[in-house]
Formats: sequence, structure tokens, C-alpha cells
Amino acid sequence: MHGLINRAIQVFVQDSYGHPRWAEVIRQAEVETVEFEAMLHYDDDVTDRLIASASNVIGAPQETVLEDIGTYLVSHPNVEALRRLLRFGGVTFVEFLHSLDDLPDRARLAVEDLRLPELDLREHAPNRFSLNCRHDRPGFGHVMVGVLRALADDYGALVFLEHRGGGPGQEVIDITLIETAFASGRSFDLGARVG
Amino acid sequence: MACIDELTGLLDTLCPMHVVLDGTGHIIHAGPTARKLHGDRPLEGQRFLELFELCRPRAVSSMPQLMAVAGVKLHLKTRGEPQTGLKGVLCPLPAIDGAVVNLSFGISIIDAVRDYALTSADFAATDLTVEMLYLVEAKSAAMEASRKLNQRLQGAMIAAEEQAFTDTLTGLKNRRALEHILPRLLQERQPFGLMQIDLDFFKAVNDTMGHAAGDHVLQCVARVLVDSSRDDDCVARVGGDEFVLVFRGITKPEILERIAERIISEVEAPMPFGDATCKISASVGISIYNGEAAHEVSIEQLMADADTALYASKHKGRATSTIFSADLRSKGEQTG
Repeated sequence: MHGLINRAIQVFVQDSYGHPRWAEVIRQAEVETVEFEAMLHYDDDVTDRLIASASNVIGAPQETVLEDIGTYLVSHPNVEALRRLLRFGGVTFVEFLHSLDDLPDRARLAVEDLRLPELDLREHAPNRFSLNCRHDRPGFGHVMVGVLRALADDYGALVFLEHRGGGPGQEVIDITLIETAFASGRSFDLGARVG
Repeated sequence: MACIDELTGLLDTLCPMHVVLDGTGHIIHAGPTARKLHGDRPLEGQRFLELFELCRPRAVSSMPQLMAVAGVKLHLKTRGEPQTGLKGVLCPLPAIDGAVVNLSFGISIIDAVRDYALTSADFAATDLTVEMLYLVEAKSAAMEASRKLNQRLQGAMIAAEEQAFTDTLTGLKNRRALEHILPRLLQERQPFGLMQIDLDFFKAVNDTMGHAAGDHVLQCVARVLVDSSRDDDCVARVGGDEFVLVFRGITKPEILERIAERIISEVEAPMPFGDATCKISASVGISIYNGEAAHEVSIEQLMADADTALYASKHKGRATSTIFSADLRSKGEQTG
């Protein structure tokens, strides 16, 4: 698994629950690495053990932890760079939704060896969409629910999201757009690069 | 004129950073992004060459000269602050005896988005500028992560190297460190005094009082050696009770002998260990490198010379120092 994924789990636990909790996650997961490097690779089962252990230490189901990680990645000031990169996807939330198909390629432009799930957006009505996430490891769909929820807030849009499960290697998220300009959202200034 | 309105409407969408010039070189229409270049003031009615300086091709100061470079890639600069570099190309527009100049930011886009508060809407839908900005930002973030990783790896490498060059018991350098330092000094022809020290009666301490006492003695000796040398000298433990000191720039025999005497007397001071007291002494052999060329002398030779001098000290009844001289070698060969 790409180090960025493990690193995301690490900074999520540290920033949301504190460093001692992270130490506990590491201990229960029985992994030797304390500090994951974003630019290295780790065994796949390390990630599985980290998620299981985080769910145990935090006291929430894995699905909830995964969704919270997605929300964290878009909304926490410590990972502001990622929010900015996602906002490049579109000027409005709908435009952003339509850019999701390109997300894995966009991610690869930045980090060549990062494999994100294949995303496929289907439009059923102007305000109703579904997003297919295809990946050999289940769980990414829950992270995407968190990402979409936080980004909808970011754009000031009001949406209902529902993870509908799915078949092997595939997860489906239902997206219902209630209001595109529900709140003012956060600004996105092209020239304000994060140092 | 209806035809011109149609054209400018088209251009506003396809290349929003264009201006339309009349036959005298005055701007009669500007695309929405081009307008941002001039703040809030209207561009219409201004003379193009008064707002934009043509850097390349040079010496273009009139409309006819401008028309003559139609189709050529233009390098321009805004005359007002901030002086933004621009790329452009001019196409004649015979219907009005004028021209269309399309502009772009080129590489100055990174500053321009901030200077002119540009948004995605300021670029044509097919324009790759926003993708480029994404890429610049994404790559900077990835590079930053890589840079931090490299920094941490370098820190770990330095620590590992330091550990590899350190004698863990005494904290002095080890033989590997010495093998690293000496060839460099020889290569740079930097003179030094080389001191080989062998502890006397150390084995007796180890045998009668135990290894803990022995370790304590070695640590005490290490402190004496560090105190007797300067920071950029090298103090190494190269064997059980053998030490090598390298004094940079010190080649005078009398100075090296004085240092050796001081070390011997310090080492001979009784070292309390628990209820007992350890007593040892030291024998010293010294060789000197005067900066000779590499083919005249070798590390091995200098070490062997110091060793020969050390054995001369042992022969003299220990607790003394000897400077190497050629006659020692022949004597050594006789007795050896």
C-alpha cells in the first residue's frame, strides 16, 4: 500500500485523537513503524491492521473511521494542500462531481505510483447521481463518502450521501443534491498556494 | 459592424485575453480577462503600445511596424505595475483595417493569478492553465514530502555513520574512523603527529578486579585522552587497551613528548572503583608525518613506526614515550 494512505490514517488519528492514541493504535496493530513515510510503500496488511486497530481504539465501526478519515482529509487545516488540489477539479460542486472520473489520473500526475480507486459518476437526474468506486480493497467507498461530504460543505452545497454497499471490488455511493448554493462555503483562490 | 460584434463575442469565449485594435493601433474591444490587466480602468480607446511594451521583436513602436510582425510570437510586458510578462500573437483584421492580438501569461502565470486575482472563469474552457496550476501545486507538495523524507534519511544516515565510527564503550572513535581520517590527511598532505598508546598493567586490573573495573579504567583513560587533545584532533580506541591519537599540525617532537608525558602521568593517577583503586600506566610510541608526498610515506608505515617506537618504550621499562627514529627500526629488526 502506498505510504500516503498509511500516513493519512496516522495524521488523522494524531490530529483528531492525540499522539498517545496513535501510539496505542500502533501497539494493537503490532506494526513496528511509528512514523509512516508518505513517499514509501508498505505491506498491504499493515493498512488493514491499522484500520482495524484504529476502529478498536477509537471505539467506532471501521466504516465510520474510514468516513471520518475522508472528512478529515478535506477539512483539517493540517492537510489544506489536499483540499486545494481537490478544488482544482471544478468551480461548482456539480462540476467537481463530474471531475471525479479524472481523479485517479490527477492523483497519478502528482504522485506517480499512487493508485486510487477507479471512479465512475452516473447522472440519473440533474440532482441525482451515483458514484461507482472500483478497487480491489473494500473500504475506499466510505472514505469517498467522507471526502464528498466535506467537499460539499466546502463548496457550500447541501447533499445527501448514502453508501449502498456493492459487489466484490465495487462500492456504490448515492448522491442527492438538495441545494447547490446552500451556504457560502469556503473560498478557493487560485493564487493562494499553501506554503 | 454587426459582423465585428459577432467576432468579438466569439473571441470573448474562445480567447478571453484578446484585444481588438483599429487602424491607428487603439484598442476598440478587450476580452474579459484582458480587461483585468488594466485594473478597473477601461482599455477601450487606449493605444495598445502605450499599455504594452514589445520586448521581442524589438524596435516596434508604431501600428504599421506592429502589423508587420503579424503571426510572429510576441514577447510583451505591461508598462504599469506589476510589470507582467506576456506572450502574444497578432492577426490582421482586414474588415476594420485593424488587428486582433491574443495574449497569454506564459510562465508568469504563477504570479499573475495572485497579482490579478484570476479565477478558473478567466480562462477558456479548453485552456490548460488551471491544469498547469494544479500540476505546479501538486508537484510542489510531492516534492516537499520527498524533501522531508530525504532530510530524515540523511539524519538517519549521519547517525548510523557516527555509530559505525564510534567505540561504544568509551565514545571515542574506532579503528574504522581512523582508517577514514588518516588517508584524507595524507592525501591533503596535512602534517600530524601520530601517537600510539598501550596501557600497562591493564590486564592485571581486568584479571583481578573484573571486567567492570576494566571498563571503568578504559572510560577514565578515554576522558584523559580527550582532555589532552583538541577538538579537531582524533582520539581512537583501536583494540582492547590500545589507543591512537592524531594531532593535526603538531610535528615538533618536544611538544608531542610533553603531551605524552602529561597523558602518562594523568593515567597513572589512582582510579577509584567501588572500594578498590585501579592503578595502571601507559607506554607511548610516536611517529610524525611532515607532509611528504604520498609515494614517500604510507599510513601503514606511519602506524608501523609508531608501533616500533611503542615497543621501544616497553623495552625501556614502560611508562614512557619514544619518538620514532630510523635507528629504532634496525634495532627492532635485531632484537625482533
